[in-house]
Amino acid sequence: MSSTDTTAPPATSPPPLQRVGRLRQMADFYATVSRTAVQEQFQYRAANYMYMIGMVVEPVIYLVVWSVVAEASGGSVGGYTPGGFAAYYIVWMLVRNMNIVFTPYGWEFRIREGQLSGMLVRPIHPLHYDLAYFAGWKVIAVLLWIPIAVVLALLFPPELSVNLAQVATFFVAIWGAYVIRTLLLFVLGMVTLWTTRVAALFELYFTAELLLSGRLVPLDLMPDWVLLWVDWLPFRSTFGFPIEALVSNLSGPELVRGLVAQLVWIAVGWALAMVVWKRAIRRYSAVGN
Amino acid sequence: MDVTGLGKTYKVPVREAGLKAALKSLVRREHREVHAVSDLSFSIERGEMVGFLGPNGAGKTTTLKMLSGLLHPSSGQARVLGYEPYRRDRNFLAQITLVMGNRNQLQWDLPVVDSFEMNRAIFGIARPDFEATRDELIDLLEIGHLVTKPVRNLSLGERMKAEICGSLLHRPQVLFLDEPTIGLDVTMQKRIRTFLAEYNARYGATVMLTSHYMADVTALCKRVIVIHHGKLLYDGPLSELAERFETSKTIGVTLAEPDRDLSGYGEVVAVDGARVTLRVSRAEASTVAARLLADLQPTDLTIEDPPIDDVIERVFATPDEPGSAQPTGKQRG
Repeated sequence: MSSTDTTAPPATSPPPLQRVGRLRQMADFYATVSRTAVQEQFQYRAANYMYMIGMVVEPVIYLVVWSVVAEASGGSVGGYTPGGFAAYYIVWMLVRNMNIVFTPYGWEFRIREGQLSGMLVRPIHPLHYDLAYFAGWKVIAVLLWIPIAVVLALLFPPELSVNLAQVATFFVAIWGAYVIRTLLLFVLGMVTLWTTRVAALFELYFTAELLLSGRLVPLDLMPDWVLLWVDWLPFRSTFGFPIEALVSNLSGPELVRGLVAQLVWIAVGWALAMVVWKRAIRRYSAVGN
Repeated sequence: MDVTGLGKTYKVPVREAGLKAALKSLVRREHREVHAVSDLSFSIERGEMVGFLGPNGAGKTTTLKMLSGLLHPSSGQARVLGYEPYRRDRNFLAQITLVMGNRNQLQWDLPVVDSFEMNRAIFGIARPDFEATRDELIDLLEIGHLVTKPVRNLSLGERMKAEICGSLLHRPQVLFLDEPTIGLDVTMQKRIRTFLAEYNARYGATVMLTSHYMADVTALCKRVIVIHHGKLLYDGPLSELAERFETSKTIGVTLAEPDRDLSGYGEVVAVDGARVTLRVSRAEASTVAARLLADLQPTDLTIEDPPIDDVIERVFATPDEPGSAQPTGKQRG
């Protein structure tokens, strides 16, 4: 439709901006957002340390309890000696920090504060932002974990005997765990777009994760009927498997099977995230923001 | 930008007050449909700056959100730069920006330049072009001294300028600006208006602007689209808005002899010494003016439309009844 009020584009419009290719853009995006996360978290060094110290309490309680049980049971429980438990729970701390991701509780804030609106008008999926941001945060988490791990190792000497395959698997598996947990909690967070009272659902998920992931207790100590469930759920891939890869004497095929399970859960999580996102975002009302 | 029959309907739960109603809602929830936008049609040419006006709750922000891809329309169609916004195609999002005056999209704890760096990565801008555009925008907005400060340390006006700068680093072709000067002082509002005019002139960008400050609209937009209760009320030149909705004119007359009673000529709105302001019907304005000139031989006489704020107030007061608000004049779409 014509308009007499139209301001014609200037005759000497500047040339369009040069943009980099998609692959390079994504690599640059991940690097930049991760760097930003590191910069932001450095602003809160003290708060992060307090957070980390708070997180020490949980594994130390498990460690002390299981060490006492092991000693009372003649030196070991289910093959774990006190030194075995020490190794398990010191690695546990690192894995726990590595699999901290954007919480599903955060979606309500994100929607209320208009952050989601800002994300939706940018040409990069919010999932990439979450993956990149929390990956950057891990740098701080690992830096803060090292001195705590040293102190714990002095207090509770760990028994750890590892080979190169285990170490390599561990480093791949902790990132696999991080990606799976990001995807699954992203899907869970999307429920916020259907109903605002989602805390009960989140609690149910986190309770199942606590019991069936190897967080509360090494999965080797669980009864067989629980392990049957564990095999069909993603929680072991997000927590227990990376720890077991390093501290349990898993065979080569077991290590590969664990990594394949992680790959399957990444594929399932990604597909779920895409389907749910597409439906959820249609419901987004962006009212008031 | 082409919009045809665009509509957005929200389904909102309703329940009466009291325990009984609360218990009843556990079993059966009742909903009501709210038509935020209904059957909206218009077109905007490339490079136009259009004021998008309406009272609170008229549907302005909902429309902007549909046009920028935030919301799925319930009916009708919108095409912006050839794309359907709700599909949020990457190439579409790379060419638009949505600035909301009451929202902050910068990294709160980091210096402004770090947020700009983040936007460079998000939009995949090649570094030389990014740096040139960034420096140009910083110059235009005069924020060189602010960009190394953390966002949390900036005043509202400073933050808004930084926000606008960050939103334009990818040199968008379409700008959706929702109350970009809200809460700012007069000087800051003026600076942002000047900047937007300059950006439009330099890059030929299309701008759709909502603002409750009419000074923003009069300074930037020749054309306005007015909506009320989600429906199109007027689409045409700002200068013709008064003709369509304002039934009166203002006559200012400076008398040679003060203290004359002019109530016989029209409604006396103000008296300031020898200067008297009258409100008369639009149809009679020239007749009354001629009578005043003949009867009183005033030293000065002006005939004007009322201030644009008064016109807008009258527009918004238009009853929402079928047929009562049909756009006339330069109807578009």
